[in-house]
Amino acid sequence: MIRQMVKSNWLRGLALLSIALLAMSSCAPNENVIRIGVFNSLTGGTATFGISSTNGIKMAVDEWNARGGILGKQIQLIVEDDQSKPEEAAMVVTKLINQNRVVGILGEVASSRTLAGAPIAQKAGIPLITPASTNPKVTRVGDFIFRVCFTDSFQGAVCARFAVQRLGLKRLAILKDVKNEYSMGLANYFRKNAELLGGQIVTEESYSEGDTDFRAQITTMKGANPEVIFIPGYYTEAGLIAKQVAEQNMNVRLIGGDGWDSPRTVEIGGAAVEGAFFCNHYSAEDTSQMVRTFVAAHVKKYGYVPDAMAPLSYDAAELLFTAIQKAGSTEGTKIRDAISQTRDFPGVCGNITIDAERNARKAAVMLQINQGKLKIYDVIQP
Amino acid sequence: MKSRSVTRTLLFSLLYLVILAVLGRTLIPFIGPYYTQVLIFIGINITLAVSLNLILGFAGQFSIGHAGFMALGGYTSAAISFYFLGPLLAQLGTDGVLGTVGEPAALAVALLSGGIAAAIAGLLVGIPTLRLRGDYLAIATLGMGEIIRVVILNTDFVGGARGFTDIPRWTTFTWVFLVAGLCVLVVRNLIASTMGRALIAVREDEDAAAAMGINTTRYKVFAFVLGAFFAGVAGGLQAHYLQYLHTNSFTFLRSIEIVVFVILGGGGSITGSVIAASVLTILPEALRGAESWRMVIYSALLVIMMLTRPQGLMGGREFQWSWLIPRWRKQ
Amino acid sequence: MAQFVQQLVNGLSLGAIYALIALGYTMVYGILRLINFAHGDVYMVGAFVGYYLGRMLNAGSASAPPSAWNFFLVLGGSMAACALLGFILERTAYRPLRRAPRLNALITAIGISLLLENLGQLIFGADPKDFPTLIERTSYSVGIVVFSNIQLIVIATSVILMLGLQYIVHRTKMGTAMRAVSFSHDASGLMGVNINRVISFTFVLGSALAAAAGILVGLYNPKIDPLMGIMPGLKAFVAAVLGGIGNIPGAIVGGLIMGVAETLTVGYLSSTYRDAITFVILVGVLLFRPTGLFGTTARAKV
Repeated sequence: MIRQMVKSNWLRGLALLSIALLAMSSCAPNENVIRIGVFNSLTGGTATFGISSTNGIKMAVDEWNARGGILGKQIQLIVEDDQSKPEEAAMVVTKLINQNRVVGILGEVASSRTLAGAPIAQKAGIPLITPASTNPKVTRVGDFIFRVCFTDSFQGAVCARFAVQRLGLKRLAILKDVKNEYSMGLANYFRKNAELLGGQIVTEESYSEGDTDFRAQITTMKGANPEVIFIPGYYTEAGLIAKQVAEQNMNVRLIGGDGWDSPRTVEIGGAAVEGAFFCNHYSAEDTSQMVRTFVAAHVKKYGYVPDAMAPLSYDAAELLFTAIQKAGSTEGTKIRDAISQTRDFPGVCGNITIDAERNARKAAVMLQINQGKLKIYDVIQP
Repeated sequence: MKSRSVTRTLLFSLLYLVILAVLGRTLIPFIGPYYTQVLIFIGINITLAVSLNLILGFAGQFSIGHAGFMALGGYTSAAISFYFLGPLLAQLGTDGVLGTVGEPAALAVALLSGGIAAAIAGLLVGIPTLRLRGDYLAIATLGMGEIIRVVILNTDFVGGARGFTDIPRWTTFTWVFLVAGLCVLVVRNLIASTMGRALIAVREDEDAAAAMGINTTRYKVFAFVLGAFFAGVAGGLQAHYLQYLHTNSFTFLRSIEIVVFVILGGGGSITGSVIAASVLTILPEALRGAESWRMVIYSALLVIMMLTRPQGLMGGREFQWSWLIPRWRKQ
Repeated sequence: MAQFVQQLVNGLSLGAIYALIALGYTMVYGILRLINFAHGDVYMVGAFVGYYLGRMLNAGSASAPPSAWNFFLVLGGSMAACALLGFILERTAYRPLRRAPRLNALITAIGISLLLENLGQLIFGADPKDFPTLIERTSYSVGIVVFSNIQLIVIATSVILMLGLQYIVHRTKMGTAMRAVSFSHDASGLMGVNINRVISFTFVLGSALAAAAGILVGLYNPKIDPLMGIMPGLKAFVAAVLGGIGNIPGAIVGGLIMGVAETLTVGYLSSTYRDAITFVILVGVLLFRPTGLFGTTARAKV
């Protein structure tokens, strides 16, 4: 009889189901650590952003843990990969909050993905600091969302001023990425400022993140005869675009935004990005003490000179940990208030003062790609 | 005979509703948000699988663009909630009767609009494409699904390429299984009726069915529209749970996932779809660590199934109550 | 005007690549009445084989400067590898289902496609890679129109391969057998044609062409990733349908039309409609002329 019962499909099915359910059970959260969540693009089209940012955060975590942690407890970092996709970002932030019960979140670099995850953090009352998302909409999501970098309204103005006044070129073209909030926003601010300064946007074309062939758009732009092409996109497409622009023998200067900041830009673009400019948050060549210490430590740990994502994320992590320490508690509202009160916090990428809109007033540098290396061309204060 | 089965159905439905309400109050708060999420996705996937089974399994139409209807329903219901119902509720306040009834009523309206939008799309897509057969129909539905997705992608007021955020969270466990139960009930009753037999006749041999005087186009379109309706409602449920929509969640890949539910469960078997949808929702969660292997296993499973047991798990058979009596009792 | 000519050149280069992939679809459909969903992923495998071969040769670096020799080596190697892949796929997955209902074969093809894509992500890694530089890029100007040498190579290679295919199909015994089998399995079987051999050969040929397309794309747009085959595969399929599925010259014309249409849409309308134009053409063809430009209306016997 037992044998017949075991043969019964019902029991088998039930057994299978219970095993599956058991496999899903997650451990109860440990109360002796401070759980910090990180969501970044560790894979996908903008992988270097995520990897670099996570490295910077890990450096901060290791330093704090070596000193005894926050409020006497070690920091437990939970890192999730959003695969460079906004819908994944929304899902992993939900998981970090609901399943891992983190008390603070760091991320993301790309504005589109931060915009996907921020509303979830806001609703749950978990403070979120983005190291490098520059689109103004991000901090407008709510009072728990902060940033430690400049915004695109500033960056657009910087780039426009650079093109029109510094380089003296008035015929401008824009090639923007319609699939991402950052690119669209930056293009808008560039256009507005350039026109105010007397520049002329002779043509504006678009592409989608992930495209590999831009020849059609470049050919159309060629017809309008621009002197500058502003490419407010991410590094993978920027590199390919530069190559195809060179292919068509166009005599133009290329200018980009902080989305260009990755070692891959030169790898992909090669000779085509030589001489191009882009706006960034910091330069590894900066002679300040903090930068030099950070760069040395990063090179020692990871073996290469960091791009801006690492120091920005390091700063964001430092800010968050300091705030938790100051607040003396892991309650969301207390941490939020502590972050809002940050004044003149020393960061690798400059002093951080969080204003009423939860943004930071930071300086920008204009870098030029010179023989495959990024050289400082200009520093612009807010 | 007829009245007895109607009474039986009514009794069962009532029992189901009661169980749902009880579970909703007791089980859900107990098991926590993570397990609740899994259950909710099971329910949504059951609705999707059963609705596609109507088109694919019972009517035999190669529709592989189901995610497009889901997207349309999801976005429509989200837009209605975000732009009208949400602000309306906020204005009316949450005291008294409105407090308890407000949200579910709003969700009902939103889901209905999503379902209707998807149904209309089903009509518009179905009428021209359903005169195609086999592979051509598959490609046409695939194309239609993608067109819907691209149109939504380029529509700015629903977020476009950035996604639709801040959708009110009104979906609950009870709602999801209410819809799933309704879908199963409707499809089951449809199959048992004259129309159901017509659909099966169309599936077996469309030309013979036409020769027998069955208006094949009308029945095919009806199955399509009904399937699309439920897909749209499922999309609405997802939208009001995740509070976020992005067209990347509704690509051809999603359509194929739903096709896999139907095929693995066995086309033409509602039980099969329910089981397959449930198991295949739990499995990826259980395999959370091995994300990259999950899809490889999925696709390998699909190929192996088609080569060895193409009729799926249930082989077109349905659940019988007599199965619950253990074999050793029957003698 | 010069801009239009330039766009045409862009479009034809793209179209040539679509045509190469479309040929595989159309040949397999003609002979098996099966839409080989996995074909786009064979193209992807071809590109990756080329990537690894190029890396092995250290192409693009000082030790192995870009040269025609590298290009032919990589092209040949990749075509051979994918020919083998096509053979294996046909033998293991499609042959057992030859007498099965259409839906089963379709689902299996979709399954194989997903399998290749996900195995690719697992084995190659999901991040995009840079295809090694096999040939140095230069540009030539004719008036205001600028051609890149890569564009010329893409078009030239495609033309040579297509001419080769035409030769095989019309001037060799195997080609005649292929045409016979696509007309009727039973009749040609009765006439002594080894059906299995012919079908295998068709798959091998189609896969080799897809591999060539993958290499050319690697040259043209050097960013490759395991999911790169989905959209071009779909577009090439639409091209095959446009030209009349089962019709070889039709696939070529269809591919070129798709490439030009896509480029002109992006250049003159907006890049957001890049993929949409594909589906518009698809739906248009299926609704108004399902047999395609060159196809003949087939009458189904009940």
